[in-house]
Amino acid sequence: MSTVSSLSSDARRTYEGSQELTPRKGAGAAELMREVGSVLRMSEAEVAALADDQPTEDQTMILNMGPQHPSTHGVLRLMLELEGETVLRSKPVIGYLHTGMEKTGETLTYLQGPTNVTRMDYASPLFNELVFSLATETLLGIDGDIPPRAQWIRMLLCELNRMSSHLLFLATNGLDLGAVSMMLFGWREREETLRLLEMITGLRMNHNFIRPGGVAADLPDGWRDGVLRVLDLCAPRLDEYDELLTGQPIYRARLQGVGVITTDEAIALGATGPILRSTGLPWDLRKDMPYLFYDQIEFAVVVGSYGDAFDRYAIRLNEVRESMAIVRQILDAMPLGDYRIQDRKVTPPPRARIDESMEALIHHFKIFTEGFKVPDGEVYCAVESPRGELGCYMVSDGSAVPYRMHIRGPSFVNVQALPHMLRGGLIADAVAVISSVDPIMGETDR
Amino acid sequence: MSDTEATSEFEEGPVADEAEAATAEAQARFGVPATSSRGQQVLHPTRDQLVDLVRTLRDDEGYLVCIDLTAVDYLTYEAPRRLPPDVAPERFEVVVGLLALDTHQRLRLRVQVPADDATCPSLFDVHPGTEGLEREVYDMYGIEFTGHPDLSRILMPEDWDGFPLRKDHPVGAIPVQFKGVQDAR
Repeated sequence: MSTVSSLSSDARRTYEGSQELTPRKGAGAAELMREVGSVLRMSEAEVAALADDQPTEDQTMILNMGPQHPSTHGVLRLMLELEGETVLRSKPVIGYLHTGMEKTGETLTYLQGPTNVTRMDYASPLFNELVFSLATETLLGIDGDIPPRAQWIRMLLCELNRMSSHLLFLATNGLDLGAVSMMLFGWREREETLRLLEMITGLRMNHNFIRPGGVAADLPDGWRDGVLRVLDLCAPRLDEYDELLTGQPIYRARLQGVGVITTDEAIALGATGPILRSTGLPWDLRKDMPYLFYDQIEFAVVVGSYGDAFDRYAIRLNEVRESMAIVRQILDAMPLGDYRIQDRKVTPPPRARIDESMEALIHHFKIFTEGFKVPDGEVYCAVESPRGELGCYMVSDGSAVPYRMHIRGPSFVNVQALPHMLRGGLIADAVAVISSVDPIMGETDR
Repeated sequence: MSDTEATSEFEEGPVADEAEAATAEAQARFGVPATSSRGQQVLHPTRDQLVDLVRTLRDDEGYLVCIDLTAVDYLTYEAPRRLPPDVAPERFEVVVGLLALDTHQRLRLRVQVPADDATCPSLFDVHPGTEGLEREVYDMYGIEFTGHPDLSRILMPEDWDGFPLRKDHPVGAIPVQFKGVQDAR
């Protein structure tokens, strides 16, 4: 691995293409084709006809929104081309939070991996750990042997996490539209679920709790009371949100008909999660391609009908209710048993054995220093995160670290659908549209 | 800990037979070499076949969504590559994940891309959603997608040297770079 020589040869090949919006002068039919034509599957002739009545450069203005704009949920920068107050073209510029987590993932063992991936989508960290663990287990060939209790604990944690993530969305969505009291309420309920997660996993966020082979520890005493307390507390408060926002005329006027996307467009752009469901397509991996024990659970897939920002708000609000219903079923179904696989290859020996057996101590030490080796091969696993399909493509070369670990972040793909949703809308609505996509920049940039 | 034993456990028994049958069927149906990996169906088209195959899969087979597009650099890969016999291994591999919404099936395409000609046809005309994903692969691996409307770096700064996820690009061996600082490198 020669560093300098390979770098300089790469440097010569680096194409210093601009990441910014191209000037209007060069944005004729080709640019239109790229932005609307390809998504709508229009012919080039139709696009050319559309391009004829486009404004010239002196009629438009480029406005940078972000990366420090409070409504962009982190460091998303949008370049908007405006004609008056109407948004024409736009381009999301991302990468401000890029920390090379996929590269880092190639240096961490399969046991250390969840610590890394949990920091990607920081609003729903447990899903990252879950998809990483599922991919590792499939590569190991132990995906059918994970104890039922571990699987149910994973489901419990994920649904609690989905609640907290959607509550965060409700809070920030309210804030973006000027409903500041909603921000406080959403944050308050989210904190309750985070407190519960802290009780179970030890940390509010970035839990590193779901690991290859099971979960890190068994549920603590009193977990059932804690879960019930949060469920009882949240149910009436969700009804309060309905009263506060759902029927409120100003709120509806700000969201309805804003950022509309159709099913075909969402599919062409690869958008998943609430964006795809808001168009009326009931696609939810928990239902359609079940993982864990979601096939044993009764729940409804919430869909919208207009594909606008209001539908996406309503879907998330009602998904919190569905998650609460799922959590209640999990409480009834939670079996006794092991919380991690008793395969000595993956799981360290129990603490008590270390006191009496030298071999157990050595084994424990080796698992945590060298890690366990994973058979070579490649696999793609996906789960339904609060934002859409969260996938993990993992390649192993038979060593104790992944050869390649790629996370397909739903936010990354959903953010690319923004120009399409913003086009033709007002700049004041841009905030509502960005908010309705609910991007988490840690995941888009990784 | 016996590491070698576990590797041989896969692709045996009735499950492997089933996968083999499905693989043979896929090969006959799509006209490209097919394999399966941990029960997941994989096709191995060449670069020239890629766009037409993806279009056929979209129009005739119901693979409406291109869910993922990424790449792997096999420069330092030491295990056997497990490719079909008529596919020559190359340094890079572009991996496309397709999803069929009505049949609930996934399909993965692995395209070999040689190091001395790191280009691949863009899927933008078939699935516009791959635009950002292809930019990411270009940014991280330097694989140029021909026909891509706006191929530029997406995550790294525009003036970054090299392609970070290549295996000959070291981890953490580069001083922190800031835009605008003279002689940072």
